[in-house]
Amino acid sequence: MTTAPQPTKPEPSASGSPGREPILQVRGLVKHFPLTQGILFKKQVGAVQAVDGVDFDLYPGETLGIVGESGCGKSTVAKLLMNLEQPTRGEILYRGEDISKLSGRALKAVRRNIQMVFQDPYTSLNPRMTVGDIIGEPFEIHPDAAPKGERRRRVQELLDVVGLNPEYINRYPHQFSGGQRQRIGIARGLALRPEIIVADEPVSALDVSVQAQVVNLMERLQDEFDLSYMFIAHDLSIVRHIADRVGVMYLGRIVETGADAAIYEHPTHPYTQALLSAVPVPNPEAREHRERIILSGDVPSPADPPSGCRFRTRCWKAQEKCVVEDPPLTVPDVFRGTAGPAEHPSACHFAEEKIVVPRDE
Amino acid sequence: MATAAEMSTEPVSARGGPLLDVRNLHVEFRTREGVARAVNGVDYAVDAGETLAVLGESGSGKSVTAQAIMGILDSPPGFVTQGQVLFHGEDLLKFGTEQRRKVRGARMAMIFQDALSALNPVLNVGEQLGEMFTVHRGLSRKDARAKAVELMERVRIPAAKERVRSYPHQFSGGMRQRVMIAMAMALEPELIIADEPTTALDVTVQAQVMDLLAELQREYNMGLILITHDLGVVADVADKIAVMYAGRIVETSPVHDIYRAPAHPYTKGLLDSIPRVDQKGQELYAIKGLPPNLLHIPPGCAFHPRCPLAQDICRTKIPPLYRVSEVRASACHFWKECIGDDRPAADKT
Repeated sequence: MTTAPQPTKPEPSASGSPGREPILQVRGLVKHFPLTQGILFKKQVGAVQAVDGVDFDLYPGETLGIVGESGCGKSTVAKLLMNLEQPTRGEILYRGEDISKLSGRALKAVRRNIQMVFQDPYTSLNPRMTVGDIIGEPFEIHPDAAPKGERRRRVQELLDVVGLNPEYINRYPHQFSGGQRQRIGIARGLALRPEIIVADEPVSALDVSVQAQVVNLMERLQDEFDLSYMFIAHDLSIVRHIADRVGVMYLGRIVETGADAAIYEHPTHPYTQALLSAVPVPNPEAREHRERIILSGDVPSPADPPSGCRFRTRCWKAQEKCVVEDPPLTVPDVFRGTAGPAEHPSACHFAEEKIVVPRDE
Repeated sequence: MATAAEMSTEPVSARGGPLLDVRNLHVEFRTREGVARAVNGVDYAVDAGETLAVLGESGSGKSVTAQAIMGILDSPPGFVTQGQVLFHGEDLLKFGTEQRRKVRGARMAMIFQDALSALNPVLNVGEQLGEMFTVHRGLSRKDARAKAVELMERVRIPAAKERVRSYPHQFSGGMRQRVMIAMAMALEPELIIADEPTTALDVTVQAQVMDLLAELQREYNMGLILITHDLGVVADVADKIAVMYAGRIVETSPVHDIYRAPAHPYTKGLLDSIPRVDQKGQELYAIKGLPPNLLHIPPGCAFHPRCPLAQDICRTKIPPLYRVSEVRASACHFWKECIGDDRPAADKT
């Protein structure tokens, strides 16, 4: 039993694994990028509010999916988790310890347990390193993970684990296809046997037939190594497939979160509903009797987000209250205590359940 | 093969025969490494008001076919080595450069995937849209600008009067794609080829853009060739589908039939391998292996190394497009087995 501090904001129905301590807790995470003017004396004139108050928990062995459109801040969250960016405010607790404040040796020790898989397998692998060097590089940084004499064998094992021929150890990235490169990226992420893998759009650069191979691989590895995934994607179908719980982001905030069935089958936030209704479903029979919510306009600039509810400028339900009052991410009063699937946190003053994805039997 | 004979001069309808009829098109790229056979005998046809979706993964030849139809193939290294592109019955491949240029833009137009790189960054959108009218219609710059504003309003770009002087980088992705659509629509062409028009866009914006395109198509009764890899988009908008693999069409079908019962193992594999927003599946079906290298396309059926139904005949004999029904065809020796096969993944709840 670890003695992690009590979560400050318990999520009633969204706790995917009751009785288990979360491995990662994010509290009030904020990242503002300053906008400056002037050359010599840089004066801050504003801030891009890329992430503006995000809370979530990640439990051991689960997959938390984060979905949202471009500019919603999902990739910034990934960078903050990896400590590639320093948060403006907020905490990232790994087993109760705030990793955003760590540096030096302590940070290095924590990083070993949180690894990342990147989106673009063409630019995230150094073209001048062999596959063996790429996958083995984590061992250079953490020499105690594998003794020198054993590293080559470990790399070959890793290649085998991700479904590549171990004899490819001396090849270069350009000799592989996109799907194979992503496998190399995954092998590198696995090298140090991390507990958490943050995957930022890991399959969106791949062809459909190859996507399925990589998604299946990631699911198999999760079972094999008991990994927790933070799976960030814009593709709602893939997130539905892989995630146990889902958080929907809009303009730097999570607007709705819950178990995957709750979000996909019983969404209560208008943005989630619009997002889901817009996903093309590969079933021509459904196109006549499907209700589409077409949002007007574009996402507002994160440098100048709307007052109150950030979604109100594109929302068909927006009223005066939405302009002045920022809706908190909690279970809406109408659903509180109903014990139904709609009882999950949703940041909307006028939350109501609406089924937008036709069930396919 | 009859209809090729009926030659005709200017536009439109009345006469039978499709708006665009591509026949036995072959395109190859002569590169230093060898000859890449990108398109190996493609046939498809589109009528006015009809939407044909050309589905395929990268390297399937779907975009190269479109470039050959438009006459914008990079040549060299690309060469059309065989075939016909009949537009209203006339073979565009026999046209001279100047003749071809008159057709392009005015009678058939193209929408590209990445609007930011397809638009000229140093001209404002008004100038780019207006150019269509000054070049093809001989309008003055002032009239052309007025036309540009009108077009921008038609594709529902807000505050068109002010935004006509903006540069492409000042627009959001969705708005830029609307500018592209406006440009394609400018001279009211009879055929539009849209190459992955919404792939770079977010889902909510994607829905807006597809809706706009469908509405304009209805209004002007245009033929639309939609090139995409997204089976979801196809199901939403297409009338019929041509699935391409390694430069060949492997299956053609009206949209409903193909989703219900694919007649080619590749199509079936694709349908089974996509995760769906309306289903929580178990393991995804994954087509084994990789798409072929176009420099070394496997002999026989190009799909055989990845195919679960492959037999000896598949390794030696290229399957012709077998007739599956009145309106369907499949390039698989074993299409009967495929179509009768129990679908493993898509039927589960």
